[in-house]
Amino acid sequence: MENNLKVSASPHIRSNNSTSKIMMTVAIGLLPACIFGVWFFGLRALLLLVISCATCVITEHLGQKILGRESTIEDFSAVVTGLLLGMNLPPAAPLWIPVVGGVFAIFVVKLLFGGLGQNIMNPALAARAFLVISFTRHMTDFSTDTLSGATPLMRLKSGESVDTFNMVIGRCAGCIGETSVIAIMIGAIILIMAGIIDLKIPGTYIISFALFYIIFSGHGLDPYYLVAQISGGGLMLGAFFMATDYVTCPITERGKLIYGVFLGVLTGIFRVFGASAEGVSYAIITGNLIVPLIDRFTMSKAFGYGGERS
Amino acid sequence: MLERLYNGIIKENPTFVLMLGMCPTMAVTTSGVNAIGMGLSTTVVLVLSNIVISMLRKIIPSEVRIPAFIVVIASFVTVVQMLMQGYMPDLYAALGIYIPLIVVNCIILGRAESWAYKNGVVSSAFDGLGMGLGFTFGITCIGLLREFIGAGTLFSVRILPEAYEGATIFIMAPGAFIVLAFLVALRNKIMSKKPAVEMGCSARCDACVGCDGMKRSGV
Repeated sequence: MENNLKVSASPHIRSNNSTSKIMMTVAIGLLPACIFGVWFFGLRALLLLVISCATCVITEHLGQKILGRESTIEDFSAVVTGLLLGMNLPPAAPLWIPVVGGVFAIFVVKLLFGGLGQNIMNPALAARAFLVISFTRHMTDFSTDTLSGATPLMRLKSGESVDTFNMVIGRCAGCIGETSVIAIMIGAIILIMAGIIDLKIPGTYIISFALFYIIFSGHGLDPYYLVAQISGGGLMLGAFFMATDYVTCPITERGKLIYGVFLGVLTGIFRVFGASAEGVSYAIITGNLIVPLIDRFTMSKAFGYGGERS
Repeated sequence: MLERLYNGIIKENPTFVLMLGMCPTMAVTTSGVNAIGMGLSTTVVLVLSNIVISMLRKIIPSEVRIPAFIVVIASFVTVVQMLMQGYMPDLYAALGIYIPLIVVNCIILGRAESWAYKNGVVSSAFDGLGMGLGFTFGITCIGLLREFIGAGTLFSVRILPEAYEGATIFIMAPGAFIVLAFLVALRNKIMSKKPAVEMGCSARCDACVGCDGMKRSGV
């Protein structure tokens, strides 16, 4: 009887989830797209992915040593960052590119801002932006032994035709992990089934992008352009795996919807009116920066606050 | 007088501590040569304007002191600008609009207001010299680092082999922010003898009173 009356301190409901479990699931969710990339682009893609992951994990370990913090490489977040960074590289990139990118992603973007949970931007995307600005020539050269250089989106921008069927399967030029819509969807379904992500951000992101494109692109409801735009470039990978990053997306449910729409409109602006064919990574980074504002304005009021004073 | 120099170059370094003159710091530090040119021309203006303002400090009424300062500073900037255009046309072209903008450099106006208007001529001159050299030192460090990482050269002399591909971002504005942040962190690391007192949560969670509690107890 006495034992039944003991009350422990909160929290009372515990979950078996942990950072490392979630991150491991995300890594598994990324695998289909990685495997497709390696199969389609060859072993060099695998090498880039491995170097990228290894750099991220080593940087995290050494960086935390330097900063006098406990090493947290066992939480797998560095592996996820490394995978995402590698998937965002062109398959023909020189091998030092993922090393530079990995160090920038983990040390500058993540550790200097306080480590996992404190970074204001998605580390992999920030590193990608850093690399694209610094080494433009390497980061925009998508030609491999079997493919000519231009990605489907570049071809669309310059008025050439694309093969939408091959784009959905993923047989087209692009970054290692972004080409195959099917492989990305398989990974996304794994994550949704596991309860790691939900459709709020990816759904609003893709739908609002599609609406923006229908209204402003001048092609209207033409399914050819719509399918090509949605399955081309990094939109799918970004929407399901990078916009949903726990650290850099809003925590409120309403905020997630606003965030998704913001990303969709921004991507639309970049792709339709911008000079370059792609805009997903910049859209998500910009979105990351306004997340604290979104959170502040959509925070629900505590019970008893607000309303009319009687 | 040495105290003034030490104060300008190290203790209150305008670039790394006071965070003044950020506009030229970001804009012209794309290479070591540009940075040192900017720093030295600012130093000249700073010393001369400090001397003149210090001499005129009993005459200038405090109500109109800011316009008076600006007139003095602008005169010297014009002199420097014309001299530079005549004798160093390359540097003049590289620095462009940022030379006339020395007029509104907040270091110069700041030193006029906070030191030269209240102190003697000699002291003001050394204050200007210290601040100017501190500024030159600060932006030259930034310029050299940006040039080295971005292009592999130092003062336009190639250090790294031709095969080195510069990270272009360091020549662009974001690189200036990154380099500045790292240098400020480095300076704080070197200069801080004891760690800053941390507000907020210490390791002892049981002793935590929250922010309201801290306010109440007057921390």
